Amino acid sequence: MVATMTLPSEPIIQVRDLDFYYGTVRALKSVNVDIPGKQATAFIGPSGCGKTTLLRCLNRMNDLVSNVSIKGSVKLDGRDIYDAGTDVIDLRRRVGMIFQKWNPFPKSIYENVVYGLRIVGINNRSRLDEVVENNLKRAALWDEVKDNLHKSASDLSGGQQQRLCIARALAVEPEVLLMDEPCSALDPISTAKIEELIHELKHTFTIVIVTHNMQQAARVSDVTAFFYLGELIEFGETGRIFTNPEKRQTEDYITGRFG
Amino acid sequence: MLTQHTDKRYEEDLKKLREDILYMGGLVEDQIQKAVSSLVDRDSNMAATIIERDKEVNTLDVEIDELCIQLLALHQPAARDLRFITTALKITTDLERIGDMAVNICERALELNAEPQLKPYIDIPRMARISQRMIHESLDAFVREDTNLALKVCKDDQEVDDLNSQVFRETVSFMIEDPHTINRAMKISFISKYLERIADHATNIAEMVVFMVKGKSIRHLKELPQSI
Repeated sequence: MVATMTLPSEPIIQVRDLDFYYGTVRALKSVNVDIPGKQATAFIGPSGCGKTTLLRCLNRMNDLVSNVSIKGSVKLDGRDIYDAGTDVIDLRRRVGMIFQKWNPFPKSIYENVVYGLRIVGINNRSRLDEVVENNLKRAALWDEVKDNLHKSASDLSGGQQQRLCIARALAVEPEVLLMDEPCSALDPISTAKIEELIHELKHTFTIVIVTHNMQQAARVSDVTAFFYLGELIEFGETGRIFTNPEKRQTEDYITGRFG
Repeated sequence: MLTQHTDKRYEEDLKKLREDILYMGGLVEDQIQKAVSSLVDRDSNMAATIIERDKEVNTLDVEIDELCIQLLALHQPAARDLRFITTALKITTDLERIGDMAVNICERALELNAEPQLKPYIDIPRMARISQRMIHESLDAFVREDTNLALKVCKDDQEVDDLNSQVFRETVSFMIEDPHTINRAMKISFISKYLERIADHATNIAEMVVFMVKGKSIRHLKELPQSI
């Protein structure tokens, strides 16, 4: 099924007939979905529905898992990221990822943000200073850490560490930011800060967020895709999905009628 | 029917909300019927009883509102459940207003019963019967999620509007003929207007039912859709 909805903007990612297998288990079944550019797209669905698998297909994170196979195509700006010639490192720079459990490097706040630049050989001090300030501001962390940039990242609170990871991902100027349950281990205040941040970031970046928190999906996203047992069941404008979904399975899930 | 909620207490609360609305609907239907009887049968005791019983309608209005607010706060309902609860909030407001109209009818009945009867009451009981049926059917549509029945209620409103115009013309003719009848004729005209408003509230309920079931509004349209 190709989602026929009118997207709020041109698609930046186009997933076509995507099948994904863990061994012999088919985790994604002919998924077709267009991710609109500079919008927030939420993937929702019960555990095991394939939403995280799909998210990880968008920057080839699944390449790192053994015994998987994939069919179909994922196009980023019109080019299939599964083509043999794809530079996977560059792909992951263009399509960054934020994980459920924050994972800053055991380095200073400053070094975390500039890590992606240093590994490509950028060491110009004033350039790095600028990148640190800009991206910590983008990640709404600057005011809290600007006087302690050389303190260890592990001294920060969980919510701050997660925003640091966002700053680190943004520092390499990605086009898309994938977020896999970015708030599920955070308290409500830190969660609210990240959600606020998503609203800001989507003016500049394309956001795709996987969340189990349906209110969060409703709050932060412009379009929502509902998955069930590896299939895309419904894809549409978030306001409509949460007030008047078309499919019975979507309705049952978002109203809390499970199983 | 949909499958049950995984959260049993939520399911129970939604069921209670549905039952409370039906109970309140039954009560206001009875209020209208008895209010008009108190006029037609010139039974002022009955009128006083009905006025007193409006307190029960008001209490239900508050209780149902509280239940809805609690459901919204605790369960963050979505989709069908969200539309059901917001519809319930609006329905109770309409039912409460209908209850007030029944009180107004009783107040005019008490005044009219104190004077000689101006004319036999023909159209007023007819209007009462239709508007009572409209309330009943709008709530039936609510429970059965029946948009066709809801549309029928919206269409029936015209009948009550026409009868109201007829009563108005008739009472004006009394007033023109004999100014001594103005007081009573106006009160009869008021009662007719109250019943016309009751039918409007029943129509509101029916329109909300269409929204609840289909997720689209048919309110404030120039013409009713033929089907949904």
